[in-house]
Amino acid sequence: MAVAGAQGARPGGARLPARARLAVTAGNGLAHLSRLVGLGSGSVVGGHLVLAVDPSALSHLARGRRVMVVSGTNGKTTTTRLLAGALEAAGGTEVVTNLQGANLSTGVAAALAAGRPDLPAVLEVDEMWLDRLVGDLRPEVVVLLNLSRDQLDRNNEVRHVAQRWRQACQALAPGAVVVANADDPLVAWAAMGAGRVVWVGAGLGWRNDAAGCPACGASVAFGEDGHWACGGCGLSRPLPEVRVEGEGRGVAAGVVVRGPDGADSRHPLELELPGRCNRANAAVALAALVACGYDPGPALGAMARVREVAGRYARVEHAGVTARLLLAKNPAGWAEVFDMLAPAPGPVVVAVNARTADGHDPSWLWDVEFERLAGRPVVASGERYLDLSVRLHYAGVGHQGVEGLSAALSAAGGQVVDVVANYTAFHQLLAELRRAGEAGAPGAGGLGAGGPGAGR
Amino acid sequence: MTVSCVSVALVYPELLGTYGDGGNATVLAQRLRWRGHPAEVVVVGPGGPLPATCDIYVVGGGEDLPQSLAARRLLEAAPLHRAVDAGAVVLAVCAGLQVLGESFVGPDGKPSTGLGLLGCVTTRGRGRRAVGELVVEPSARWSAQGLTTCSGFENHGGVTELLPGTEPVGTVRVGLGNKDGSVEGAVKGRVWGTYMHGPVLARNPALADLLLSWVVGELAPLDDTLPLALRQERLRNGPAERYPGRGRARAGLDLLARVAGRGWGR
Ligand SMILES: [Zn+2]
Repeated sequence: MAVAGAQGARPGGARLPARARLAVTAGNGLAHLSRLVGLGSGSVVGGHLVLAVDPSALSHLARGRRVMVVSGTNGKTTTTRLLAGALEAAGGTEVVTNLQGANLSTGVAAALAAGRPDLPAVLEVDEMWLDRLVGDLRPEVVVLLNLSRDQLDRNNEVRHVAQRWRQACQALAPGAVVVANADDPLVAWAAMGAGRVVWVGAGLGWRNDAAGCPACGASVAFGEDGHWACGGCGLSRPLPEVRVEGEGRGVAAGVVVRGPDGADSRHPLELELPGRCNRANAAVALAALVACGYDPGPALGAMARVREVAGRYARVEHAGVTARLLLAKNPAGWAEVFDMLAPAPGPVVVAVNARTADGHDPSWLWDVEFERLAGRPVVASGERYLDLSVRLHYAGVGHQGVEGLSAALSAAGGQVVDVVANYTAFHQLLAELRRAGEAGAPGAGGLGAGGPGAGR
Repeated sequence: MTVSCVSVALVYPELLGTYGDGGNATVLAQRLRWRGHPAEVVVVGPGGPLPATCDIYVVGGGEDLPQSLAARRLLEAAPLHRAVDAGAVVLAVCAGLQVLGESFVGPDGKPSTGLGLLGCVTTRGRGRRAVGELVVEPSARWSAQGLTTCSGFENHGGVTELLPGTEPVGTVRVGLGNKDGSVEGAVKGRVWGTYMHGPVLARNPALADLLLSWVVGELAPLDDTLPLALRQERLRNGPAERYPGRGRARAGLDLLARVAGRGWGR
């Protein structure tokens, strides 16, 4: 399944036009200033300025380098991290990436402006922005993970997102490869618009958004083995070239890649990252690299060494408690997180906000099977802890409500506490833990002053 | 009064369940069980037949294509019509409300025949979708039956006009409701339609109990400390969230729209 062509960066990364050069200088300067005065990573303001000075900066910055983009409702940050690390190892090159979750045009522009123009780029792209960005970025590889309900007040129709993905796939440059999850009907239908697709059997933990066929609306039936087919138009699961095999860590788990000769090759998967979904994310990343002709060995080794991704999966000491940090922001994400929790009766803190980046409507809490938390000490936290509290009440899960995140951690009453937070609650928690660490509280280990994931 | 097991049907959650609508069935069943009434939730997938013998039907919100598919299923053997004729209670939320009306907007943008269980007609709004916190003051008839100020979240593109014989839930204090910020909801007999999801019964235990009382009669009080705390918090903070940053100007536009009697914002 290799694509013919050079490995790594294309030779002699193109020179930028004067206006784009000015945009890059100005944007990087502003981002630097923003960091100096402590206003965060500066990637968003810097990116705004880049695009304001030169609206076509993205296409200039993308030209002359290998670009891979990763999109999907869940797992895009982790997959981007795995893919970037694997590409560095397999390609023997540095990689430009946007690891801070800034995944709109501004964040992408800032990441490209900050990196050397000849380096390959692995970019996370918001699912609503994919169609707008692929035209400028002209990616060689587009990774499509999954689609499900998220930020209900903003993305009110997940099927419309699939429609836009399909158009994006149809508009890709000849030779571009789409690496797509064959197990998600919405993703599969979108990817079928592309000229060349590598199908990955990446699984689907949440099926409620895929029950209606994206092509005709009729019911999609799922079989035991992950096979699915529409009863109306016959749309069905493409046969995957790459799939995850086995459970858990060690030799039992591996990625199986079907070669052009039809023979399977097996690669062991030993990840530090927990959960079924991360094995799938690693398989998808591997498929993307193999499709570009890279050797899987170094890529697998690099992915195995990833322990945390922008704070996700980190273990942090705080006030005598070890917190395991997990992010879940929608029902599909939660369906995967249940299997990552320490066994009952391990205590769990759930933190929920409903700011703009989370979506103002937390109705999704009612699609999460919180009944599964019964029998553990549970603390409902975050700005919308009352919404969560009522959900837990009706789920029959005894719990405390503690709005403040650090206080919730202490209230959970355990040496090791699993903390599951949605997007802005997660970042609030990281900030609180970092402040506590800087203030000299007994070691907020694992979170350097440079911020989550900054130590690459 | 002895009651046999109350069955709550969750209608086609794969098609009509975008906004956590299954939660309404959970709330109804739990509030019965906590009072010692046996209750079950019957989840009905779009593949199987919808039983016409359940006591309560919960019909949720959904996207355009699944919405019209659900409507077609419900029109075929008319199970919901038979259930309503037999005295069943229906809670229809958002797309559910639209489907139960005389007509709604199909995926092709043209009017599509509804179930006619509610006297209302839904057409496409002229502007942006109505998205945000919604606060409704119930009309005198419902407040006399114990319903208090309702809090929910709306997210819909369609605008709904009520026909004679169908009355609203009440008047809108915050948000747009059916159309232009004047009234919200559609009630006819025991069919209760609303644009509030959230899901609506989590925030409004009085509404849950009003619907349940239609099935089992008078209800013993429950400890509603948590749901009432959520209600209070939402009634306090929700309005400001609906109009972030532009509070007064935006609220003023709503008021203008109400005075002018037409919608401005969907
Ligand atoms: Zn189909």
